Amino acid sequence: MRIVEKSQLMSAPEIDRTLQRLAHEIVEKTGGTKNLALIGIVRRGVPLAQRIAQAMRGIDGVEVPVGVLDITLYRDDLSKVAPQAVLRSSNIPFGVDNMELVLVDDVLYTGRTIRAAMNGLFDLGRPKRVSLCVLIERGHREMPIEAQYIGRNVQTSDTEIIEVRLREIDKEERVVLVDRVE
Amino acid sequence: MTHRFRDLLALEPLTADALGFLLDQSKPFQEIQKHPLKKLATLRGKTVALAFFETSTRTRISFGTAASRLGADTMNLQAEASSLKKGETLLDTVFNLNAMKPDCLVMRHAASGAPHYVARHLDIPVVNAGDGTHEHPSQGLLDALTIRDRLGTIKNLNVTILGDILHSRVARSNIHLLGKFGCRFTLCGPAMWVPRELEKIAPGTAIRCLYRIEEALEGADVIMMLRVQTERLDDPPLSANDYILLYQLNAERLGRASREAIVLHPGPINRGIEITPEVADGPQSCVLEQVTNGVAVRMAILYLLASGATETDTHPALQVKPKESANASD
Repeated sequence: MRIVEKSQLMSAPEIDRTLQRLAHEIVEKTGGTKNLALIGIVRRGVPLAQRIAQAMRGIDGVEVPVGVLDITLYRDDLSKVAPQAVLRSSNIPFGVDNMELVLVDDVLYTGRTIRAAMNGLFDLGRPKRVSLCVLIERGHREMPIEAQYIGRNVQTSDTEIIEVRLREIDKEERVVLVDRVE
Repeated sequence: MTHRFRDLLALEPLTADALGFLLDQSKPFQEIQKHPLKKLATLRGKTVALAFFETSTRTRISFGTAASRLGADTMNLQAEASSLKKGETLLDTVFNLNAMKPDCLVMRHAASGAPHYVARHLDIPVVNAGDGTHEHPSQGLLDALTIRDRLGTIKNLNVTILGDILHSRVARSNIHLLGKFGCRFTLCGPAMWVPRELEKIAPGTAIRCLYRIEEALEGADVIMMLRVQTERLDDPPLSANDYILLYQLNAERLGRASREAIVLHPGPINRGIEITPEVADGPQSCVLEQVTNGVAVRMAILYLLASGATETDTHPALQVKPKESANASD
């Protein structure tokens, strides 16, 4: 099986503009940045959350706290596909009680990652509200989970993969649609 | 870099890289100790068998807590209540436990090598929770984690170990772990407990035996105390008074170590025998951090050994990374 690149979905400037818009949307819908915090899901949700927080600084001049959440321990498929999956550190250096939390991830697909993330969050306390922000929404949900803030909707087939490549992790910056071919 | 482990029987055969990986994997579990809700569902539906053929309080509770915080159930076997007293062989006892289908066996035994022996006969992962005078891997790991948290590194430190080193599996696990990161060891205690042969137990690691505590503490970054097993003081004879006079760690003696030196003790401590309360409760003491870190390390061990799909066709007993790297990053 080979992996072939089918098309580019977003360029670096498009990613940047989209994150700016998402920052505005979140601030608008939340009614400001009071009690607002972003939680980046390891790995690519983390730089995305940091960039959205940076964009918010430009809007409100306020430092919105960013937490890091690794969902490995909360996965529902650990006993099946991922023997000894490597753990990364979570770091949520603020109390989540009564906070307006926005989970940030790169791609929303089955919804299972978000289910796991919410389990992790609720071990830390009782947030007032949890919403979800993703760069790409690609459908195929297996859980009753929706994103409130969406960078771009993309129609995909099940064999396709969306790769979000970010300069902090991948040394390049773009979103591509790839396919598995026999 | 990831590492796969089938069992955790000893630290001696593990590379610095694999040991560093185990310490790194403990970090997320240290964070979980601070959560208001400490229970995970990661090992839900799995069972961890705790077989302590030699008595233990702290280690048994620590492994039990680690298992339950991961969502696993435990089976408990304790020496006093077991049918070993009725003449059952070790292997029969273990096979009976295994017939109840645990996913992992944590065992302590008074005979060095007993966990290795059991692991050869079982298809589930075996964790050595202390075997005779051989090793106590989880204690070595939690000590290293504590040192790394306090001093920022486990590389190239001067480590002084005080007490009954001859009979100490804790000392051996620590020497095998920290030695791979370039630490230098000074062993100190009454000559009957610190034979010169110990200088050769870890080839490639600088180990020296000294018999005057003042000299042994000079420039130490880490001081590891071992419990004086008072039952051993009688054979060969040494009075508790003499031990206190010659080897007790007190504030004045601690002053000879490096200014930031930390004091570790695997517990249970004998206040007023090997260590003064002043030192045990002082700012340089890490004894309670060790206990907290113990749960995190054991969660990491159980997570790595008991989570994931069971594979029967895999790896050699201890590790898969064949590459030996003497001084990997920590």
